[in-house]
Order: sequence, then C-alpha cells, then structure tokens
Amino acid sequence: MAEKGIHIEGLSKRYGEGDTAVLALKNVNMHVAPGEVVGLIGPSGSGKSTLLKSLGAVIDPTAGRMTLGDEVIYDEGWKVPDLRALRRDKIGFVFQAPYLIPFLDVTDNVALLPMLAGVPNAEARQRALDLLTALDVQHRAKAMPSQLSGGEQQRVAIARGLVNRPPVILADEPTAPLDSERAMAVIRILNDMAKKYETAIIVVTHDEKIIPTFKRIYHIRDGVTHEEAGEGRGFQ
Amino acid sequence: MISLAGRDILHSWGKFVFTGFGLGLLIGVTLVMAGVYRGMVDDGKALLDNSGADLWVVQKDTLGPYAESSSLNDDLYRTILAMPGVARTANVTYLTMQVKKGEQDVRSMVVGIVPGEAWGAPGWPPYLVAGRQITRGHYEAVADIATGFKLGDYIRIRRNQYTVVGLTRRMVSSSGDPMVFIPLKDAQEAQFLKDNDAIWQSRRRTEANPAFNRPGVPGLLDAVIASQATNSYVNAVLVRLRAGAAPDEVAESIRRWKRLTVYTRSQMEGILIGKLIATSAKQIGMFLAILAIVSAAIVAFIIYTLTMDKIREIAVLKLIGTRNRTIAAMIMQQALALGVIGFAVGKITATFAAPLFPKYVLLMPQDSIAGFFAVLVICALASVIAIRMALKVDPAEAIGG
Repeated sequence: MAEKGIHIEGLSKRYGEGDTAVLALKNVNMHVAPGEVVGLIGPSGSGKSTLLKSLGAVIDPTAGRMTLGDEVIYDEGWKVPDLRALRRDKIGFVFQAPYLIPFLDVTDNVALLPMLAGVPNAEARQRALDLLTALDVQHRAKAMPSQLSGGEQQRVAIARGLVNRPPVILADEPTAPLDSERAMAVIRILNDMAKKYETAIIVVTHDEKIIPTFKRIYHIRDGVTHEEAGEGRGFQ
Repeated sequence: MISLAGRDILHSWGKFVFTGFGLGLLIGVTLVMAGVYRGMVDDGKALLDNSGADLWVVQKDTLGPYAESSSLNDDLYRTILAMPGVARTANVTYLTMQVKKGEQDVRSMVVGIVPGEAWGAPGWPPYLVAGRQITRGHYEAVADIATGFKLGDYIRIRRNQYTVVGLTRRMVSSSGDPMVFIPLKDAQEAQFLKDNDAIWQSRRRTEANPAFNRPGVPGLLDAVIASQATNSYVNAVLVRLRAGAAPDEVAESIRRWKRLTVYTRSQMEGILIGKLIATSAKQIGMFLAILAIVSAAIVAFIIYTLTMDKIREIAVLKLIGTRNRTIAAMIMQQALALGVIGFAVGKITATFAAPLFPKYVLLMPQDSIAGFFAVLVICALASVIAIRMALKVDPAEAIGG
C-alpha cells in the first residue's frame, strides 16, 4: 500500500558519463508525511540542490522510485509523462528569494497558479485572497511585489506555494534573507500551513536559528542522507 | 487567464513607450519613403492629367518629351490637326532649368505654350489660383505656387525677364520640379539662347567658313547666320481628340502617315512610371528593405533584452508549471505591442512631417494598412530569437545550487 506524503526509495542521480561521471545522490531514502515539516541540511556541494530538484520533478533521477501520495512519479527510469502539470498541481515551491513576478500584484502572483490550471479568474483570486488572509498579508493584496517588505514577500511566496493545495512543498532556504524574528515567523507559518492543509513540507536550510525547530532532520553529505530526530522546539 | 504581456507592459510602460517612440520614428521614415514613391507616381500622373492631351506626338524613335529629348518642326501641328479624329493640337516645349527669383535660383521646368488660345488648350495650366493666363506673345509667365513666385514678380530666364501674371497649383514635372509657363516663342529662344560672346564667336566661325561665305552668292552668309539665331523646333505636339475618337487608332494613323512616334495616355504613363522613375523606385525599395531590416533588428534586440531581464521570472514561471506556449505568447504579444506603439507614433510622425518635405509626399491609406501588417510580421519574426532563448531556460535555474 502506498504511503501518504512524499516517499523516495533508493534515489540516485549521476551527472556525466564514464570517467567524468559524478554521483550526486547515492541511494537516498526519505519519507515526509502529510502535515509534517522536515529539515534537509548539509554543506555546500553535498547534493541538497540535486535532491530538491529531483523531488521537484525538475531533473530526472538516474535510478530509484518516488511516490507522491498514491501516484508514482519516478520508478527506475520511468516517469510521469507531464512533469510540468505535476509541478503545477502537486508540488509547491518556496525559494530563498521570493521570486514574485514583478509585474503582477500580490493577488495575481498567488492566483496565477490556479489560473494556469484552468481555474476561472474570479475563483482563483478568491482562493488567493483566502490564503493571503490566512497568512495575514491580505491588506497588501493590491500592492506590487516591490512595495512589500522582505517578510511580506516571503509570506506571499508561501501563499503561492500553497494555493493549488499541493500535497508537498519544497522550500529552498526560505529564511535566508530574513532576520531571526521574521525567519521564525516564516517557519511558524510553514508549520501552521502544513497542519492546516495536510501538506508535507521539506525545508532546505543552512540557517542555525531554525534547525532546532524541526522534529526530523535529514542530513546529506556527499550525496548520502541519514535521518535523525530534531529538537522540534517551539512548534509541538 | 490574465494577460502576462499586458501586465508587463503596464508595469514597465515607460520602457515600452520610449522604445516604441524610437521605433516609431523609424517606421515614420519608412512611411515617408513609401509616400515619396507614391508622390513621384502621382507627380507623373498629374503631369499627364494637367497637360490636357490625349496623344503625345514626338520625334521618331524617341521616348520624349519627358523621358528623352525630342525635336519636331513647329509647323507639324497644322498637318496633325488635319488628321481624322483630332480636335486640337498645340506645340509645347519643356526645359528644366534654374530660373532667377531675385538673387535666388529656383529649379523649375519651363514650359513653352502658345498664348492667346481659347481657355483649356492642350499644354496650358488647367486652372489658376490667382491672376490670368498668358495673353501676350512675350515676357509673361504663369508659375506654380511651389516656385514661391507671387503675382507681379519678375522671373529671369536666360537674358530675359518675365512678369508673373498668373499662379497655378500642382503643375510639376515628373521629378517634382514646379512648372513655369512662358510664351512658346520665348521658350524656343530660351532653349538655344547663347551669350553675346558665344554669338559673336559663332558668327566669326560661320564667316570664316568658305562654304557659307561665297563671294558669288550674296546674302547666303546673312541667311545662314539668321537661321542659326532662330529655333523653329518644339519638343512635342500635344493632341486632343474629338469625342468618340479611339486614341490607338488616331495614334496609329499619325505614326503611319506622318512617320512620327505617338504615345497614348497609357503608353506615356508606362514611360513615366516604368522607365523615368523606375531607378528612383528601386532606390526607394532598397531603402525600405534596409529600414525593415533595421526595424526588425531593433525590435529583436529590445525584445531580447527585455526577455533577458526576466530570465529568473521565466524560470519561476516554468517551474510552477506555465506552458511554453504561454511564455512564447507573452513575448510575442510584447513584440506586437511594441510594433503597434511604433506604428502609431510612425503614422502620426509621417502625417505631420510629410508636408515639410520639399518633394510631394503622398501617404496612401493602403500603404499604411500594408505597413501596419508588415510591422506586425516583422515584430513577430523579431520575437523568435527571444522566444527561443526563453524556451531554453531551465526551470531548475529558479532553484539555487
């Protein structure tokens, strides 16, 4: 029986061929349950980004199996035919920098994803406004991204990641540009949203401040992961 | 679905408007160039229309009187008048030269017409905007207003001075030079009139020639010198046909019996447009092609730059599942919008600038419509490079590492 959340088994990724081949991921296993927020930490060059790109269906793993809920995404070379639709509907992304679309206002930045999925504009905007309200940035709904503070931008980016109710969110250093207070606020929001929407969230981070907040942490070094229990402080 | 292109344009409207303005000036030049060609064609047609002729009788085997020099005896018009189907005939001379307006030179086509005819004789200016037609045999002139002359002004042609008694409009040569009408005899004289030194030298040479200065033939030398001082040639005979006469038939009859070359209106139009301004048309065509290439290069460069500025946003859009065609449509719509802005600016610029050009610039609606669609096609093609680049963007670029 398939496990809920995101699950990977024996995931490997090799770049190049022959003598120049580099094995960036080596037999990685990982499971993140719905409503859970886990940390993924490791030094530069350890394979974090490769793992994140594989989980995000941006690059194809060389071997291994990945499932998202009941749906098999990769299985030993086989992959879902439409990865673009998978990313749109099933995976939310939150980046180190918010990367909001500068020419769309806050509401349309969030509503764009459901619009791309074919949701009518009015319904997509309502869905966006509900999320912005949940993240307490509804008062900036008509503002342009350049008019927002760093914290507000990151909350809008989280709303964008959540708007299509994806079963998994991949957050790449979401607190890096923020001060301690705002970083903790973002992690608190991610935990709240994970519980509220039953979303599995994987947070890639170097940020010492937020590492103690995870209940589970995956360490990665030289393409190999190992799991350990985190302190889970503050978000029990 | 919202219009990503529209939102981007609204967000950075200043960049689009200023770029569109620059492009518009280029498009304006292109429209004016097309207008210059149309003006040349229209000048040619106006020349034929305003001559009031149905047939042009010229020297045999020449393309005269506008495209080549042509010389006919000035008494030929009488025998042509007697041909079946011919209603009126008129001698005419054409001479492009610099005429004096005070101290200034004015380039114009001096037309010799027979004065004193009934109103509307072939070769005459068909309408006047001021003054009257030429009634005297000498030293009166009717000038096109483009020459800058006013009623009562004096025009100096060669050694003679003419009084402007009438002003006309839109009477130009095929190269756009405004016309000055003077009496035929004066025009014939002006064609070959030399300065006093040249006349004296010519007489001396004639006297020194034993063939003309024979002691046994008194009066021969005087007769030769007199013949050298007069010009009994005209450039063409303009023919107006009787109602119902077929131009081709009358023309064929004159060719056959008078052994002259005769052109109908359509043939003369073919000479003017197909031969006389053909080189200019090719020149303008080359300019239009170059301007189109430059416009395409500018649009391509601008759209490429604007797209390069959005690489990260495009990567994010692709990562979150935006279709390639949505991104391609965004870029192409921006290029088309730039073209529309540019065309609007260009059309306005051309409309206001056209009257300022020294030559007649005729902006025709069908040229504007064709130009508009050409701009859209050029912009669409110019966006291809940026689209190719955008489609190559890896969504992984949105994720660090």
